[in-house]
Amino acid sequence: MAVNTDSNTYTVAFAAVMVVIVGSLLAFAASGLSERIAENEKFEKQQNILYAMGINENGDDEGSVNFIPADKVAEEFTTYIKEQIVIEGDKVTKNDEAYLIDLKKEIAASKKGETPKLPLFIGEKDGKKSYIIPMYGKGLWDAIWGFISVDDNLVVQGVYFDHKGETPGLGANIKQRYFMDDFKGELILKGEAFVGIKVAKGNNDPVNKIKEDNEVDALAGATITGNGVSAMIKESVNLYKPYLESLRAKK
Amino acid sequence: MALLSKKDTSLILDPLADNNPITIQVLGICSALAITAELKASIVMAVSVMFVLGMGNVVISLMRNIIPSKIRIIVQLIVVATLVIIVDQVLKAFAYELSKTLSVFVGLIITNCIIMGRFEAFALANKPWRSFLDGIGNSLGYGVILIIIGFFRELLGSGTLFGYKVLGDPIEKTGLYATGYENNGFMIIPPAALIVVGIIIWVQRSRNPALVEEN
Repeated sequence: MAVNTDSNTYTVAFAAVMVVIVGSLLAFAASGLSERIAENEKFEKQQNILYAMGINENGDDEGSVNFIPADKVAEEFTTYIKEQIVIEGDKVTKNDEAYLIDLKKEIAASKKGETPKLPLFIGEKDGKKSYIIPMYGKGLWDAIWGFISVDDNLVVQGVYFDHKGETPGLGANIKQRYFMDDFKGELILKGEAFVGIKVAKGNNDPVNKIKEDNEVDALAGATITGNGVSAMIKESVNLYKPYLESLRAKK
Repeated sequence: MALLSKKDTSLILDPLADNNPITIQVLGICSALAITAELKASIVMAVSVMFVLGMGNVVISLMRNIIPSKIRIIVQLIVVATLVIIVDQVLKAFAYELSKTLSVFVGLIITNCIIMGRFEAFALANKPWRSFLDGIGNSLGYGVILIIIGFFRELLGSGTLFGYKVLGDPIEKTGLYATGYENNGFMIIPPAALIVVGIIIWVQRSRNPALVEEN
């Protein structure tokens, strides 16, 4: 059987058949696995939120990030997260699925001038309350996101950062312990102004002893990812500003 | 009968030295510069590429007689992209932690020129088994260079290996740092990898002058 693989008809037919086969393979894989993937992503969000408020299995291990294991996280999440609220303008409503809100869409909505639905999580550990704010921004290559947890005085209790495609070994290090731990104890307020926390080069404070400067040490070779983190914190803090101010007023 | 004939063995061993994809064929340089700031990332990338190149070479080789030559590059691209995406999806569903580590590499694997290069140069003209061996051999050769670069960049740039502080603590000034040694920040940025690759090429060619091109 001699088929002329150079003919136009053959080429078009081959392309068409290939597209159908590959398309259905991918569609099949995506729809067949989507439920499990969604489940995994849900657990991951819960792990991240708990991590930011300091509930993790880091223990004495100083080097790596250790989450609450996925099979236990749902239970721990309900234990420690006392309240999940959605802030929509002046309206504050409770919503037990607030953690599933897609912050990317809400930030886009707020940029268009609409009122975003902002999720916020109130956790309690050893009688101390923490307010966990989700964040979303962009790094060098793609999206970055995370959670920042503050107490009643707006002192940072912990953070968690993650990214979609930052450079391994450089920007990807925003999710390393040595970077995230630097944020603990920092202030997001400077006097009365909400300034967030800046990832600064030339901070000259490698172990981050100075906590009042609203700055942490930058990662070498990851300037743009670092700037992305600064911008992300600032933007999120500003979005939640009305709520955070009401917290301070209550005191 | 041996599993690997002499020719087969050379398919695996040649790319490790005299036909190395990075230093001789100049394939896969981009990722060798981008992700070698840490030893761990180098190894993850090397293993991922081995998997994709081995599988991809087999698929392309099986299809080699029916692929229309006019659109062969696009067909190759689709094969590698499909492979990588399906693997990524399966990992996300069944090994989520692992997929988090690998997800960053997915885009880098698809665009890695070593993959298209070997499809085009070998798999299109050879039988599946030999193409598979070629894929494994070339990704080994690629991996060896990545690991060498990753080793030097992480050691000299951060003073660590796999994240362990092997030279002492740069902030507390212990170990080697007590003598006044400093990490070289230049090693962290990608141009440093180019210099390391250059040194490897230099060493390799001075040991084997047959590799030096005539001008």
